[in-house]
Amino acid sequence: MFMEFAPEWEGFQPGRWSNSSVNVRDFIQRNITPYDGDESFLEGPTEATKTLWEQVMELSRQEREAGGVLDMDTKIISTITSHKAGYLDKSLEKIVGLQTDKPFKRALQPFGGIRMAQQACKEYGYEVDPSVVEIFTKYRKTHNQGVFDAYTPEMRLARKSAILTGLPDAYGRGRIIGDYRRVALYGIDKLIADKEHQKATHFVRMTSPNIQLREELSEQIRALGDLKELGRIYGCDISRPAKNAQEAVQWLYFGYLAAVKEQNGAAMSLGRTSTFLDIYIQRDLERGLITESEAQELIDHFIMKLRMVKFARTPEYNALFSGDPTWVTESIGGVSVDGQHMVTKNSFRYLNTLNNLGTAPEPNMTVLWSTRLPQAFKRFCAAMSIKTSSIQYENDDMMRVIHGDDYAIACCVSSMVVGKEMQFFGARANLAKCLLYAINGGVDEVMKVQVGPKYRPVTGQYLDFDDVMDKYDQMMEWLAELYVNTLNIIHYMHDKYCYEKVQMALHDRDVKRYFATGIAGLSVVADSLSAIKYAKVRCIRDENDIVVDYAVEGDFPKYGNDDDRVDSIAVDIVKRFMDKIRKHHTYRQSVPTMSILTITSNVVYGKKTGNTPDGRKHGVPLAPGANPMHGRDTHGAVASLSSIAKLPFRHAQDGISNTFSIIPDALGKTTVFSGELDLDALREETEDAQ
Amino acid sequence: MLGNIHSTESFGTVDGPGIRFVVFFQGCPMRCLYCHNPDTWSAEGGTKMSAAELLAMYTRNQVFYKDGGITATGGEPMLQLPFLTELFEAAKKQGIHTCLDTSGICFDPEHPEQTDRLLAATDLVMLDIKQIDDSLHRKLTGHSNRRILAFADRISSKSVSLWIRHVIVPGWTDTPEEQEALGFRIGGLKTLKALDVLPYHNMGRSKYEAMGIPYPLADAQPVSQDEAMKAKAAILRGIRRRLHESSAGYAEGR
Repeated sequence: MFMEFAPEWEGFQPGRWSNSSVNVRDFIQRNITPYDGDESFLEGPTEATKTLWEQVMELSRQEREAGGVLDMDTKIISTITSHKAGYLDKSLEKIVGLQTDKPFKRALQPFGGIRMAQQACKEYGYEVDPSVVEIFTKYRKTHNQGVFDAYTPEMRLARKSAILTGLPDAYGRGRIIGDYRRVALYGIDKLIADKEHQKATHFVRMTSPNIQLREELSEQIRALGDLKELGRIYGCDISRPAKNAQEAVQWLYFGYLAAVKEQNGAAMSLGRTSTFLDIYIQRDLERGLITESEAQELIDHFIMKLRMVKFARTPEYNALFSGDPTWVTESIGGVSVDGQHMVTKNSFRYLNTLNNLGTAPEPNMTVLWSTRLPQAFKRFCAAMSIKTSSIQYENDDMMRVIHGDDYAIACCVSSMVVGKEMQFFGARANLAKCLLYAINGGVDEVMKVQVGPKYRPVTGQYLDFDDVMDKYDQMMEWLAELYVNTLNIIHYMHDKYCYEKVQMALHDRDVKRYFATGIAGLSVVADSLSAIKYAKVRCIRDENDIVVDYAVEGDFPKYGNDDDRVDSIAVDIVKRFMDKIRKHHTYRQSVPTMSILTITSNVVYGKKTGNTPDGRKHGVPLAPGANPMHGRDTHGAVASLSSIAKLPFRHAQDGISNTFSIIPDALGKTTVFSGELDLDALREETEDAQ
Repeated sequence: MLGNIHSTESFGTVDGPGIRFVVFFQGCPMRCLYCHNPDTWSAEGGTKMSAAELLAMYTRNQVFYKDGGITATGGEPMLQLPFLTELFEAAKKQGIHTCLDTSGICFDPEHPEQTDRLLAATDLVMLDIKQIDDSLHRKLTGHSNRRILAFADRISSKSVSLWIRHVIVPGWTDTPEEQEALGFRIGGLKTLKALDVLPYHNMGRSKYEAMGIPYPLADAQPVSQDEAMKAKAAILRGIRRRLHESSAGYAEGR
């Protein structure tokens, strides 16, 4: 559909991306300059960068002193075009654009739920304007209201007891990555033309799904128009493609900025942008238009903006996620399907922002690791990890098989092909609690009320493995069905009341949707079942015959020691629960997946989960993600990692996370203390000295 | 045959080259005042394991160990010489790099045959020389260092690579004279490949407390990196002096 080769593309290798369809991957593959060298070319921060970053640090300090929030919108409802331009210091910023009209001012985003928006304001001493509250309670329904209109009493109870937990039913679901690169490569006008074409060529039979998509395409086209307007507000004409590196970074950032202005999602990830942008920087460097220092400055200013992304959230939300994360995940590196690594100089520049701007958790720099990455880049990653502890690593060799070479990570582990796949974020089911329900016949061990179905509870004094497994299997069957149905409601309503217009406008029309479930408490379950199988576990009941504690007699194999006796239990549970999820109908023909990834919320889940048969006490945090329980992996890192590596990715395709810390000294010795000696050299040295 | 194993560590990064699978043998005849593994002293306790079991643990994760191998330490692995030999011979059959971390105290210079067999299956010995002065060595460890130094010579004569480890302990091994003397002695070992100078740390203290044993070096402060570097320089001086003398001797003889 693009007959003309745009003047802004001059110098790029043409291909399918320029003459047939929107295809960013094709553009990257034809124009990438892989880099095998080391970090010695990198430049430090410019004076402008230093000045701006000091300003950001000062604002952060003021924000902390003000109790966590510096300023909040209470009347203007955030949309892509709701605010006039805002700056840190217009004369110094190479990349511009803020969520509101002032830095650190949090936007009002009530479409996910007006109550959440009100609470967030109230907690920090602000009040949402009564007219806004009235609109969003009387006249404009929110996602949150829609969900609760459809929830069953059982769903509400399961939510309250936290056997289903972290559900995105009161806030934006997030986890969708717009292909923000398209804004830079094509400009808005071409994207609108493409969307118009998609709409004109869609099914004409008006079934519910077809009507829904037609309506969405119209919303997307409108959002693209708004995005163009956002550019205009900042004095940029993004209707056309970006013509140089500065414009490419800026256009791309406008795409992302529009997304965070529209959505307060649980994870608002960036995608896979560094190598894409490298192509523009490389072209400018070759044309002598910019220096390396200027290239680094562009990236520094871009990353600075990403670090300033903030949302209005409640303290409960922050407790669940241990802070106020935005999950601006950027996927770096990886290998293409033809075996060529995709590390570029810009992969280094992104990581170098941790030097130039200091360590920070956001954006969440994620290296798509492969054994085939160039050695110099691997060394640089390792050095930066030791220095900053700020890099996340994911297994590209595994994910490339499923997603090819243009996927990115949303949140912390969810992989999806950029612009072609999206997911319905599903929080997680607490399998540790489910085990306790199996033992107590569906009675919640903390609330002491019937939450699950009234199946036969365990009656004996000692737990019998076969008996418990039988009951657990049935209870998981119940939980899987309830969980999937709950998520079906949530995503139906989110599409209806809080649709991600601009993010989906930066997707193909016919996207593959993943239905991303998750589990928490895997290591507690594995260890508990191992204790029941290999030691003796005695039930301790309260006056109502509810098992409230367990006495473990003897020792048992623990997950995290490369011991198949217990690791096989963990594998079985993952597979078993995923198979139960697969049995159920999912919204919009989405493909069910599962993650094992609670990185922070495991602390809150632990508070809501009673004593467990592995000897863990009520309130003790569950292990994060697929980690072994704290202190139970006693055979060193390789054994611990090997246990985790046994978990089948096929059945946990939305990702398996492992939180790993090690003190640098434990990674090996410095040359001072493990000095290799060359006796011949020493002998010569002595002779020379004579 | 079964060995008595205290524990295993799957991610050993400081006990030989590369990432290593480390086997801690149960039991040690030495009672070094600064020992940080008092839980391996007793010959009792531990888990009975076969060489095949241990190698299976290695093999299943061998992708991690491609630049490393297996290290036997303890405790004192040579206290279980027949089992240790069996383990290393089996490892060598599979092409696994073998490293022995030992005090050398079990070496019997009168009957070296068994030890020679072990050395034939050993790629690297990390020999810990606690103190070069014999009388101080007796006070520090409860044993003479005669067998240890004889073992060092034996290793060298069998062309097995040798790393010397030496812990700098305040009040015990911290004078430049001793360090230089140590350097002079080990400078004569032809297969010496590395010198591992370890600053004393007191991280073992909690184990003593847990086991209800008084901590012998209650007053000793951890040694700084600077002090360890100075000690290393002193040992290197000794090595150079020895090399100089022997090359001068070699020249004279010629």
